[in-house]
Amino acid sequence: MLEIRNLHAAVGGKPILKGLNLEIEAGQVHAIMGPNGSGKSTLGNVIAGREGYEVTSGEVIYQGRNLLELEPEERACEGIFLAFQYPVEIPGVNNTYFLRAAFNAQRKYRGEPELDSMQFLKRVREKLEILHISDDLMHRAVNEGFSGGEKKRNEIFQMAVLEPRLAILDETDSGLDIDALRLVAEGVNRLRAKDRSIIVVTHYQRLLEHIVPDAVHVLADGKIVASGDASLALKLEEQGYTWLEQGGIRPLSDHAGNGVRA
Amino acid sequence: MRSEQGMPDQPSVDHFVQQRYRHGFVTDIESETVPPGLDEQVVCWISARKGEPEWLLEWRLKAYRRWLKMRPPNWAHLKIDPIDFQAISYFSAPKSNKDRPQSLADVDPKLLETYDKLGVPLHERARLAGVAVDAVFDSVSVGTTFRAELKSAGVIFCSFSEAVKEFPELVRKYLGTVVPSRDNFFAALNSAVFSDGSFVYIPKGVRCPMELSTYFRINAAETGQFERTLIIAEENSHVSYLEGCTAPMRDENQLHAAVVELVALEDAEIKYSTVQNWYPGDENGVGGIYNFVTKRGDCRGDRSKISWTQVETGSAITWKYPSCILRGERSVGEFYSVALTNNYQQADTGTKMIHLGRDTRSKIISKGISAGHGQNAYRGLVRISKQAGNARNFTQCDSMLIGKNCGAHTFPYIEVGNATAKVEHEATTSRIGEDQLFYCLQRGISEENAVSMIVDGFCKQVFRELPMEFAVEAKALLEVSLEGAVG
Repeated sequence: MLEIRNLHAAVGGKPILKGLNLEIEAGQVHAIMGPNGSGKSTLGNVIAGREGYEVTSGEVIYQGRNLLELEPEERACEGIFLAFQYPVEIPGVNNTYFLRAAFNAQRKYRGEPELDSMQFLKRVREKLEILHISDDLMHRAVNEGFSGGEKKRNEIFQMAVLEPRLAILDETDSGLDIDALRLVAEGVNRLRAKDRSIIVVTHYQRLLEHIVPDAVHVLADGKIVASGDASLALKLEEQGYTWLEQGGIRPLSDHAGNGVRA
Repeated sequence: MRSEQGMPDQPSVDHFVQQRYRHGFVTDIESETVPPGLDEQVVCWISARKGEPEWLLEWRLKAYRRWLKMRPPNWAHLKIDPIDFQAISYFSAPKSNKDRPQSLADVDPKLLETYDKLGVPLHERARLAGVAVDAVFDSVSVGTTFRAELKSAGVIFCSFSEAVKEFPELVRKYLGTVVPSRDNFFAALNSAVFSDGSFVYIPKGVRCPMELSTYFRINAAETGQFERTLIIAEENSHVSYLEGCTAPMRDENQLHAAVVELVALEDAEIKYSTVQNWYPGDENGVGGIYNFVTKRGDCRGDRSKISWTQVETGSAITWKYPSCILRGERSVGEFYSVALTNNYQQADTGTKMIHLGRDTRSKIISKGISAGHGQNAYRGLVRISKQAGNARNFTQCDSMLIGKNCGAHTFPYIEVGNATAKVEHEATTSRIGEDQLFYCLQRGISEENAVSMIVDGFCKQVFRELPMEFAVEAKALLEVSLEGAVG
């Protein structure tokens, strides 16, 4: 699904990713953990193609093709979805309208017929039911006046409707209380599928109690420094990131850091 | 037509009709145009040409004499090269059919392309592009049907010239009572030389059975650069008037100075919607219409209501402040505005809400969008007079910037003379967010669609005040006007 080789990226001329390697198979869920400033969010933004995130060297191969030559909207249409850490408000733009525009833009890109508003609403209702989300979110403007929990749930809802191949959840758990966290996690679990890969970027282990990953990677100073199964997250939670730095786990070398194969 | 002679004290119409021959005016009505320049004789000539009664000629001359002592306003946030008012021709009869494009094939393909993008119906395109009238089909019969329906309701809807001839007592009673000719430089100029315009009269207790649009008044297409509109809503009547056109109009006049007067009597309501898309000049700021408009509504009766909605996307320079005088007790004034400036367009626009009566209310929602090198200023006055007890105003004034070379400016003036007044003012300025754009892109929406979606959302509060079909067109118009603004 996704293969990242020796990726270097800079923001505003400042190197953030410094030789990152990662490989994710279809159907897998990988967690990426790491301290603040380690480059977690940068990775998501680089994959999504955000302006200002400059790839200085390395490769990102997605479904067999060079992802880096695609425009951000093309990447989205190719099935890459980024659940934002801070979902953006668009005042006055109806949430359903926005989502239908996105949905139909992607259908059009793939040469599929666009759905009219009735067909689209039907689909939306199905997804709302699956995720146990009340439909009042659909009548409001995109994220405007949403609580933190509502914003995050709206991201997962968009993901459910757009059915991406590769979803990156950027600190989707931040700012959520336990109940909201469980709701979001349940939503994500329902969206696990054998042809879909999910990258969960998080600070804390608690999200991973609900979304059990196939692999956990630790990102520090722009590199994957450790990889393991779900138990690695627990260990991190107990001992903190400093334990890594103190040599608790020997950082993997650049060439060996390809994550865990299922 | 510069005259060496002094003016007689009591100029008579006949006198000037004769003069026009002496000065060699072409009598062929279809190609009549006065030479550039303005003096009393030109004013007299226009009045005579239109066969006006003497009181109206007097009124024009009085306005002209005041105008001579006035100076163009310079307080607006606009950069304007001095206008040579003696270089302008002040009367031009509608173009004859032989001077017009004979078919759409003769029209500038760029203009047609824009019509296509806006979804203007085929038969409308010809009229807008100024194709010879007898080549424009459908419209005449449509117009006639509507006029019959209006007539049976007792509504008068005709050109200003017709009204002067057929309803002189109504025109005389109300003309200049809302915008006096001395009001400002451009209002005085318009009063002296106005060419034509619209007249609407809604009788007592009548709810006008349809939206009144110049679309239905066939001869309205070329009312010329000095247009004058007068709308009177009698007690307990209601009218919604749509002015303008979402598609760019073929127009050769560079200076426009219109005056609009609205009078709402007791319990009457007037809703006035404008979509203005005159030629804005090219992407380097060359050419374009100078639009200096004075629009004012007088809520003369108790519980009357006047509501202005405007979408201004055209013109190189826009100078207009549709205002409400809230004279009647518990009368209501509203102003909803979207003003967009792209490339080198400049707009200084806003409103005045003058609270004179008790318990009067006003609401101002202004949305300014600047792109390219556009400069957009909101200028508004809320005045609560001493006797206007318990008056209320709410103002919301939002600006959006697209790109780095444009500007947004806000000049709110608030004068409160009564301690029981409640006045609220909210203002925001935002740059179309890189984060908003990326959010849309990341969902697969193209940059162009993302910008129009964000701008449309920004303008929603105003668009929903527009009549349905107008709102759809206004949205399409913003998209076309913003083309190339990002990226």
